[in-house]
Amino acid sequence: MNSVIYREHILDHYKNPQNFGIVECADIIHKESNPLCGDEIEISAKIKNNKLADIKFRGHGCAISQAAASIMTENLKGKPMEEIMRFSREDMMNLLAIQISAMRMKCALLARHVLNKALLKNLNEKNNENHKRMKKELQNE
Amino acid sequence: MKTIDNIRKEFPVLLRKVHDKKLIYLDNAATSQKPKRVLNKLLSHYTKHNANIHRAAHTLGEESTLAYEDAHKIVADFINAKSWREIVFTKNATEAFNLLSYSLGNSLRSGDEIVISIMEHHSNFVPWQEIAKRKKCKLHVIGMKNNSVDIKELSKKINKNTKIVSVVHVSNVLGSVNDVKMISDIVHSRSSAKVIIDAAQSIQHIPIDVQHIGCDFLVFTGHKIYAPTGTGVLYGKKEFLESMPPFMTGGGMIEKVTVEKTTFGEIPYKFEAGTPPIAESIALGEAIKFVKELGLNEIHSHENKLIKYALDKLKKIKGITILGSENAEDHIGVISFNLKGIHSHDLATILDQEGIAIRSGHHCAEPLLNYLGLNDCARVSFAIYNTKEEVDQLIKSLEKAKKVFA
Repeated sequence: MNSVIYREHILDHYKNPQNFGIVECADIIHKESNPLCGDEIEISAKIKNNKLADIKFRGHGCAISQAAASIMTENLKGKPMEEIMRFSREDMMNLLAIQISAMRMKCALLARHVLNKALLKNLNEKNNENHKRMKKELQNE
Repeated sequence: MKTIDNIRKEFPVLLRKVHDKKLIYLDNAATSQKPKRVLNKLLSHYTKHNANIHRAAHTLGEESTLAYEDAHKIVADFINAKSWREIVFTKNATEAFNLLSYSLGNSLRSGDEIVISIMEHHSNFVPWQEIAKRKKCKLHVIGMKNNSVDIKELSKKINKNTKIVSVVHVSNVLGSVNDVKMISDIVHSRSSAKVIIDAAQSIQHIPIDVQHIGCDFLVFTGHKIYAPTGTGVLYGKKEFLESMPPFMTGGGMIEKVTVEKTTFGEIPYKFEAGTPPIAESIALGEAIKFVKELGLNEIHSHENKLIKYALDKLKKIKGITILGSENAEDHIGVISFNLKGIHSHDLATILDQEGIAIRSGHHCAEPLLNYLGLNDCARVSFAIYNTKEEVDQLIKSLEKAKKVFA
């Protein structure tokens, strides 16, 4: 079957997740589950010299939610925080590079949603433009 | 008995395609599809008889009122209630449970005890958890033995403080049946507690006689028995419904209103505040006529054959775990399972691409899933219009899914 969703890279990340685990002495950490289906993701990360020095995830759930977390952490690790704060839903969907139905969108975006919450919860930058934008985005999710 | 082919013709949605494949609808425990005669009933109500009920002195008002009352009578007859007044229409089973938890809950006192089981759907779990918290009551959650409520454990928990016992008839995850007559008898012999039965997953599959069961209340939802959404049913013994306070108040449920006080109307209207879903309720009556004409014994026999056929084939799939019993006789309507290495959501997505609709996740029964040590499972559920060919297609598609994730 030629699956438009379960492409090779998704299945690879699902079977061999990258950055699976927890970052010791993390600067930011957050866990959330998707109440509709029970998928659960925890993101922990370390910030050094204004860069995302380390990021890991753990959790359980469907191939989409787990592969998305693996792909996201792989992509964001080592990047400057300015870029991390601007990482959008569109960026996430571009990284996944698959067609997702409306019902599965939550699975695809769970990792990014948890990362956003972690950043908002732990970073004390209330007046930062990025902070405001992220908060607004979360309200619409 | 009509042939299944002829029955299928009565369900227009079965003609549609999904991802260019013939729709195979195996999510009937979530909601059933609707036959033409039910849809036509909705249309004929709105095109010929539409008016609000109870108050209008005109012809349409009378027709609507009589048809709406008649729907109560059809339901009463279907479950062998003593009177149509023992049938309260709610918008779904959840509302019926909330009505009970508030209205019966009104007289609960600190120290009273409520008994439910680990098999409950959230609709028969959360309302009791909430009222127990508010009224400082003890909530006992009975475990399972052989996929059914552990009768011994239940018996031990019933005492003079027990005020409410609410248990499911057929599990929406395991398809297993509880002996609700025995549970009713045990509870009534040991306490003055009210017995409530959740028949949401049994009413469409097996005959139900509330007088034979001996329960005080019974709840189901219309949309799982070929009726439109917005049609829930609460059966309650007349003496109890009459003495209980209303859940919601306002129009339609009163006898007399003055500035100082209000007296409430007769049952069932005391519990049906506001304009109800009139057309939908009338169509519920039509759906039950449809079921009665086919015959529940015939329906059950057809569905059970399918379950046996499906179970035999599913068991042969390598890496599959069937939840609950492996015997077809112990399954009413549903089979849940997990395939090793494939999350149920992924399975549902892959099957959807083959035109097959199944359910995945925790099925609104998280306590049960946790009890079984699971986060989720896949569920196929059957109705009168499903066929062996559809089961064959399901099995083929499961094998395909295994290849994708191999």
